[in-house]
Amino acid sequence: MCLGIPGRIVALVDEEAMLASVDVSGVRRTVDVVCVAEPGRPLAELIGAWVLVHVGFAMSVIDEEEAAATLKVLTEIGEAEGEIEAMRSGSVEPFHPSPALRAS
Amino acid sequence: MRYVDEFRDPALARGLIREIETLAARLERGRDRPFSIMEVCGGHTHAIFRYGLEGLLPDIIEFVHGPGCPVCVLPMGRVDDCVAIAERPEVIFATFGDAMRVPGSRKSLLAAKADGADVRMVYSPLDALALARRNLEREVVFFGLGFETTMPSTALTVLRAAREGITNFSIFCNHITIIPTLRALLEMPDLGIDGFIGPGHVSMVIGTEPYRFIAEEFAKPMVVAGFEPIDLLQSLLMVLRQLEEGRAAIENQYARVVPDAGNPRAMGAVEEVYELRPTFEWRGLGSIAHSGVRLREAYAGFDAERRFAVKEVQVADPAACRCGEVLTGQMKPWACPVFGTGCTPDMPLGALMVSSEGACAAYYQYGGLRPPQLEGAA
Ligand code: SF4
Repeated sequence: MCLGIPGRIVALVDEEAMLASVDVSGVRRTVDVVCVAEPGRPLAELIGAWVLVHVGFAMSVIDEEEAAATLKVLTEIGEAEGEIEAMRSGSVEPFHPSPALRAS
Repeated sequence: MRYVDEFRDPALARGLIREIETLAARLERGRDRPFSIMEVCGGHTHAIFRYGLEGLLPDIIEFVHGPGCPVCVLPMGRVDDCVAIAERPEVIFATFGDAMRVPGSRKSLLAAKADGADVRMVYSPLDALALARRNLEREVVFFGLGFETTMPSTALTVLRAAREGITNFSIFCNHITIIPTLRALLEMPDLGIDGFIGPGHVSMVIGTEPYRFIAEEFAKPMVVAGFEPIDLLQSLLMVLRQLEEGRAAIENQYARVVPDAGNPRAMGAVEEVYELRPTFEWRGLGSIAHSGVRLREAYAGFDAERRFAVKEVQVADPAACRCGEVLTGQMKPWACPVFGTGCTPDMPLGALMVSSEGACAAYYQYGGLRPPQLEGAA
């Protein structure tokens, strides 16, 4: 119930009622966009935006720069690790991801 | 899928796990008990089990599954009230699916439905409002449930109903608020929690500022986290780094979704529609002051409690239940005497066994974790 899911706003359904159509993994649903609308800006600006959808409401516009920044930090950790690993080569146990992690 | 797949990348997970292992090895020295990290949110509990994260981490790190599963903390008396409302002939009772199987003292909503009550599962409160528009001769009651994540959606639905002049729609409001709950938890004398993984979607609404007291008054680190495996691993690493450096701060790993200021429009709707209750009862935790909300006088017409004169009966949990101890991390689910015998997902005795976000259901379903004796024997 508390899990949201990312989706993309593809069209406005009813501008006055603040309803838009959101595509979530190919499934479209009408979603309330009051919480992500910028007051005073046309709602149409939201078309194309990625939002976090939660029980029928778009609750947050996903910040692409922040997403990229998070992933960059992670990649750097991976790279640094790679070097350290090369230094102590052979002494590290191979990684066995759990079946769930592998399946996704 | 965008913003999901990237955060499930096994290569990134590997890097993070190694980093955590290295750090844990340093932290382990001179330590006689594991680090207890509480994930507050039930969605995190679910993700930790679904991806088997605990099994990938060093033994010195232990997750404690917190009270953030709204279904799990719903007291039995409130479920009885739901059933009583749902059984009225004029009522269509609309609820999220998660709440259907929570046991009441007489029956669950699912059992009430089987007995003829008109109970409908909905995905959104907007679906419940649509039911009201289509069934003008009936009373549609929406079971409002959840923390700040779902609180705005119920409030916005009430505001929508008010604008449209819909009169056959009301809310049975059981929304709860996270901050007083965290405070009550932190004030428990023997709470051995070293740090917190903070709830992602609650924070997208309230922001990160309200947690500040956790760091300042209780000197515990908290990292607000997303729900993918990478998010959780990175957040854990951030908590461990704070522990290593002897710092306690509120950090935000989930900045792509959680602005530090939260969502002002969602909070505005919450302010407009609800007021704090003096106290609210939690299953397993007892009464916590100011931890629940109800509709303000101005929206009394949409309040099912007033409309149906609900009398909030308190019902004691079954004697064998250890849900409270499990919720506060003092007991592992398998240590509950009825775990897996008198209490299973098919026949739940306690609510932690009902929702996929509940610790007992997660332990049962994903089996991986067993009492140490069994592990030794295997
Ligand atoms: S096994 Fe059942 S009764 Fe025991 S703590 Fe878990 S949910 Fe509660």
